Amino acid sequence: MRPGEFVSLLGPSGCGKSTALRLIAGLSEPSRGTIAWGAGAAPRARDIGFVFQEPTLMPWTTVAGNVALPLTLRHARTGDTAPRVAAALARVGLTEFRDAYPRELSGGMKMRVSIARALATDADLLLMDEPFAALDEITRFKLNNDLLDLWQALAKTVVFVTHSVFESVYLSGRIVVMTPRPGRVFKELAIEAPYPRDERFRTSAEYAADCRRVAETLAQAMDAAA
Amino acid sequence: MSVPDRATGDARALRLLLPIATLVLAVAIWHLVVRIYAIPPYTLPGPVLVAQTMVTDWGVLSTSLVATLVTTFEGLALAIAGGVGLAILFNLSRPVEYALYPIAVIIQVTPVLAIAPLLLIYLPQQGAVLACAWIVAFFPVLANTTLGLNSVDHNLTDLFRLYGASRVQVLFRLKLPAALPHMLTGIRIAGGLSLVGAVVAEIAAGSAGAGSGLAFRIAEAGYRLNIPRMFAALILLSIAGIVIFFALSGLSHLLLRRWHESAVARDR
Repeated sequence: MRPGEFVSLLGPSGCGKSTALRLIAGLSEPSRGTIAWGAGAAPRARDIGFVFQEPTLMPWTTVAGNVALPLTLRHARTGDTAPRVAAALARVGLTEFRDAYPRELSGGMKMRVSIARALATDADLLLMDEPFAALDEITRFKLNNDLLDLWQALAKTVVFVTHSVFESVYLSGRIVVMTPRPGRVFKELAIEAPYPRDERFRTSAEYAADCRRVAETLAQAMDAAA
Repeated sequence: MSVPDRATGDARALRLLLPIATLVLAVAIWHLVVRIYAIPPYTLPGPVLVAQTMVTDWGVLSTSLVATLVTTFEGLALAIAGGVGLAILFNLSRPVEYALYPIAVIIQVTPVLAIAPLLLIYLPQQGAVLACAWIVAFFPVLANTTLGLNSVDHNLTDLFRLYGASRVQVLFRLKLPAALPHMLTGIRIAGGLSLVGAVVAEIAAGSAGAGSGLAFRIAEAGYRLNIPRMFAALILLSIAGIVIFFALSGLSHLLLRRWHESAVARDR
């Protein structure tokens, strides 16, 4: 991983993508081996933003309460919390929904809240586990663009798990293709298209060629495992 | 827009009016049957006589009502404290759960009417009545809270772990709020049961002598063949049960209305 990089883990279900994220986040213990952190970065493993496949919001508290959670759990000074929450909500465009409860929001908005919560701690590393898989395609495209904007504005490092070839190509600078059972890294592919990317990129010949290249590699990975 | 509104309004009026109409009809039939067949009041008093008794005996009955309600609420309060406390303990420690849960079940499945006479031997009467109310009421609180504490979204649990939450934080900020809807269901059931427990113990104690609650009045009036007073006390008990149920439902609605699906009026 290079700082500021957008990397996707792409592979079929059960190839260990999510497990890899959980290992990085420290939610699971490796059965063998270790995770190598950059110089000085290792002890701050807690400075991670995690976005789950489901929005994973607390229904009993407001949008602002949900976004503030990582800060409240760390007993951050309250004077510090409010502006951070406001900033994170502004980043995802939900400022006027700060006092709404999760059940009042659409699926896409809930996901935005989830992303805002990951941003609230100013973590350098964002781990995203198929965050948009449950959304409709139009909402997903919109959130893809918003995520790219955020990533460029905030200079975060993102590890993005997906099983969508198209999504991984659109978002990533580098795609790690994995094989199913046993889950291994099959190949790494660089997506050279320059950022910022927008809807023009989605309809370009370059995008189509990249998608094809990644899809072929994924097919090889499936064959290699079979 | 106004058409569906009126439709739901009509449906709501119907739901309110139908039970009232049925009740009025039943009382009218009761009145007519007593009147037409000239049934003597010591067999079946008519509704008018029962209402009169309610007024003339109000001094005795109201004191008894207060006594029963006090027992019920004390029993309920102890049941909530005991049920929620045990559920938290079970959730924190598996061995404690394995050790105590079967005992809780045994206490629950043994008919309280059979336990009451024994309790009256070992406890002062007021204590025994309270213990009965507690015994029948605590289990639904325990069972429902346990269910609630165990059905926390595991992704949220992971999230709390990721952000380094302490056990206390997980309990108060995650598990208890998540369990609240289940807990309130248990408390709503416990409210009615606590009244049942209080009545059972009073009846059991009544035959032993002293007492002052409504159920004791029923037993006492029965020995004296004062049937109208039995009816009056019975009706007060019913009303008390209904009020407790609605009060606890209202509390539940108040606590959940902003976020829980069950409390949200279908607005679209």
